Amino acid sequence: MKIVVCIKQVPATTAEKRYTPDLRLDRAATEAIINPLDEYAIEQALRLLDAGAVEAVGYLSMGPESAGEALRRALAMGGDDATLVTDPALAGADEWATATVLAAALDRLAPDVALMGMASDDARGSLVPGAVAAKRGVPLLSYGAELALADGTTRIRRLSATGFDWIEAPLPVVASVTDQVGEPRYASLKGIMAAKRKPLETWSLADLGLDAAALQGAALTRVTDARPPEPKPPTERIENVSADEAAAKIADWLAARKLI
Amino acid sequence: MTYRLTDDHLELRALVRELAEERIAPRAADIDATAEFPWDLKELLAQQDLLGAGFPEALGGAGLDTLAQAILVEEVARVDATTSLIPVVQKLGALPIMLAGSDEQRERYIPRLASGEWLIAFALTEAAAGSDVASNKMRAVRDGDAYVLNGSKRFITHGSVADVLTVFALTDPGAGGRRGMSAFIVETETPGFAAPRVEHKMGIRGSPTAELTFDDVRVPAANLLGGQGDGFKIAMATLDRSRLSIAAQAVGIAQGALDAAVAYASERTQFGQRVSDFEGIQFMLADMASQTEAARQLTYAAAAAVDADASDLPYWTSSAKLVAGDTAMRVTTDAVQVLGGYGYITEYPVERMMRDAKITQLYEGTQQIQRLIVARQLLARAGVAEPRRG
Repeated sequence: MKIVVCIKQVPATTAEKRYTPDLRLDRAATEAIINPLDEYAIEQALRLLDAGAVEAVGYLSMGPESAGEALRRALAMGGDDATLVTDPALAGADEWATATVLAAALDRLAPDVALMGMASDDARGSLVPGAVAAKRGVPLLSYGAELALADGTTRIRRLSATGFDWIEAPLPVVASVTDQVGEPRYASLKGIMAAKRKPLETWSLADLGLDAAALQGAALTRVTDARPPEPKPPTERIENVSADEAAAKIADWLAARKLI
Repeated sequence: MTYRLTDDHLELRALVRELAEERIAPRAADIDATAEFPWDLKELLAQQDLLGAGFPEALGGAGLDTLAQAILVEEVARVDATTSLIPVVQKLGALPIMLAGSDEQRERYIPRLASGEWLIAFALTEAAAGSDVASNKMRAVRDGDAYVLNGSKRFITHGSVADVLTVFALTDPGAGGRRGMSAFIVETETPGFAAPRVEHKMGIRGSPTAELTFDDVRVPAANLLGGQGDGFKIAMATLDRSRLSIAAQAVGIAQGALDAAVAYASERTQFGQRVSDFEGIQFMLADMASQTEAARQLTYAAAAAVDADASDLPYWTSSAKLVAGDTAMRVTTDAVQVLGGYGYITEYPVERMMRDAKITQLYEGTQQIQRLIVARQLLARAGVAEPRRG
């Protein structure tokens, strides 16, 4: 039983983002990290590995060569091996192209579970898990608060408005998990040292038998504009009044916006 | 001495900084206020393999060089001096075993220390013998296949939480401390051992500094480190290396205070401008930064001297501890000044850092002892003094 966790390298959440003239994120200018939501998928996979429910955990990423650093960091947290798909033709890839490439790579890696975070911290499309499942023709178990494996089936526990649902599917599956999984572990010192010796393979589009032309410039979507968010209006402060008066003013403010 | 920071060093710094900022920094004020040993953070450091960073891989450690260990201590001390002492003392207590222990002794103790299963303390200082180590009074008398230890120790960091100690006691009082002292490994469950009291301290308040008493403590003769009478030599060789950790701790404390001062001065406004817009504040910050950087570079160079086992090793480690300790005191004091009234209250960390910094001028040899060591090394080069006190 093997899990492959798909991870994405993204700009640090708090970093100031810059765009290149062709409206792509300037990745060289910002510190890069593992997509924080993918860390929960890593944690879930490693918990199953620790518990003996799976024999191996691998990682898969598509991105520039520097995404190899994210894979090394994941390997430092645990797991066995990693694969990076990188190709100049993939620059600016959208969700569709990403899913096409990941699905092709997963066909080769043939894991029982392809596990992902619920979204990426930069694009927040949340489309890739479903698109990969569709392209591979396997079930999708999305937004799991927990992933469980037993006897050739897999289940996720998904929080609902009234409690939670267990959703089950036969293997192989694509699954995504949320931050309900639990806090991701830190890489240990020995983990970091061991990660340097773990196999990290690099594949190009040609290695996957994919034709760059068929990827249509790696995107079906087109970015037409990119702007920093508008600055927030100044904070209204209620100061130097009694608690009763302050409470009344806050209530008025909320009532004026039909919030209470 | 030359050194180079490798990618591995930078990666270690990033790992420890993340852990320190996310998990240790939020605990620092509470550890200081309650003066309780941070068992949770000891566990955290153990889980991340950071207590065994410098021990050989074959003995359960990570086999990192001294420079890497300095970076580790520096990054923890940057947010909390108390917690940074956990790896520092684990190394200090184990150094006599690493330097003078037999294979059997190393194999019994080092893996347990590397994993954090056991804590160790270094028991040298006595109430009447601090800087004057050779005036130690504690006795060890051979009795069959054991030594019987009697006496007391004072100011022993982690003495009350340790599972095992390296203890220095006179086996031949007539020969004096330099020739008549021996080193022993003592497990603290041995009958007759007690840690009856911990000190109330100005800084590093979560780190228990204990008084230890030995009342007919029978230690197997197999726990003698090196030969009988080697104690003083082992103690000096240990301190020549371990004080590098204190230099690293001091650099970390200084950097933490500098970072807090820069952050505060950049946010606080007075007279309609940021505090950092005042040239007088800029000059202070510049002095704090350049002095901290100088102390750091000297500490790293001294770390390289330890790894090279340089013949003038004490010159390097004592210089580093002297400069870094004084720098930490000055920089933390200036940080309080930059923060003004806010620097003096516990709402901000710099008053704690100022109290913590003071100890780096005192322990593992006062600054005055460091100067004596540096001067002796200097004069030995000129051919007018013995290089080592041992």
